[in-house]
Amino acid sequence: MGYNIGVRLIEDFLARSNVGRCHDFRETADVIAKVAFKMYLGITPGITNWSPAGDEFSLILESNPLVDFVELPDNHSSLIYSNLLCGVLRGALEMVQMAVDVKFVQDTLKGDGVTEIRMRFIKRIEDNLPAGEE
Amino acid sequence: MAIFSVYVVNKAGGLIYQLDNYAPRAEAEKTFSYPLDLLLKLHDERVLVAFGQRDGIRVGHAVLSINGVDVNGKYTADGKEVLEYLGNAANYPVSIRFGRPRLTSNEKLMLASMFHSLFAIGSQLSPELGSSGIEMLETDTFKLHCFQTLTGIKFVVLADPRQGGIDSLLRKIYEIYSDFALKNPFYSLEMPIRCELFDQNLKLALEVAEKAGTFGPGS
Repeated sequence: MGYNIGVRLIEDFLARSNVGRCHDFRETADVIAKVAFKMYLGITPGITNWSPAGDEFSLILESNPLVDFVELPDNHSSLIYSNLLCGVLRGALEMVQMAVDVKFVQDTLKGDGVTEIRMRFIKRIEDNLPAGEE
Repeated sequence: MAIFSVYVVNKAGGLIYQLDNYAPRAEAEKTFSYPLDLLLKLHDERVLVAFGQRDGIRVGHAVLSINGVDVNGKYTADGKEVLEYLGNAANYPVSIRFGRPRLTSNEKLMLASMFHSLFAIGSQLSPELGSSGIEMLETDTFKLHCFQTLTGIKFVVLADPRQGGIDSLLRKIYEIYSDFALKNPFYSLEMPIRCELFDQNLKLALEVAEKAGTFGPGS
């Protein structure tokens, strides 16, 4: 579900924010946290825990607007409620030729202090590149 | 009408949307008696004027209608063959309307794909690394502007050479696309756009751009 949202959301994001192409993962992380999250959810997550190779990082959200009024019932205590966000990030980045893996590490719904999303860069998608992006 | 048409091309080079916005082209209707002093020939499924320019009828104009009956390709709407009909003296005097032939939708599809390839070639020809593709194509009667998004969709606008503000129009069209085509749950990506709201808002945006553009003669 999140993936389908992501592939369409990226065009809306690019149309409104006018950012150019990001050339490395750090730039991507910055744009996602400071521009995209701010535009759509009104929050600015922090970026931490960079892996030594620079291809993995964590987004720390102090407050997650999606779960403001949500409580997990007991029979669904292992549900990752905001997994939608992971799909959105994966779908959107795939449309700009980046394959990433996005996972939840901590979730305030389960009692952790903050929400943490871990993003890992897999590779650059080389087929179907728009002309001029070689 | 300073903005002539808008084309939207998807990642694979297929045309997914097309809008024509120009006023009717120059047409001339005349009554002829036998023998016809224009030389007509059949070309590409259309009857064109090969030679014999006069009174507003130019070489290359197609036969649009005979005696008020529209012509489709080389047959009239009644099923008669045009060249045969005009070769027969008994059918004269006859009133024929000539005009510049309109592009069929197949031809537009082919032109869009060709432009997609040329766009790619344009970026490869560049002496500098990482150049964009074709952004503007200029002729004496129109300018073609193209904007490619980071996701590979191209928005192409054909406008009057004096018309300004096309860059912001292209960005506006991108916004309208993301608002009315992408947010429509029944629209599948890369498929032809058949969303009414997209059409309406696009026409509005074109009107705004035309008014705000350069004030050349005729606007």
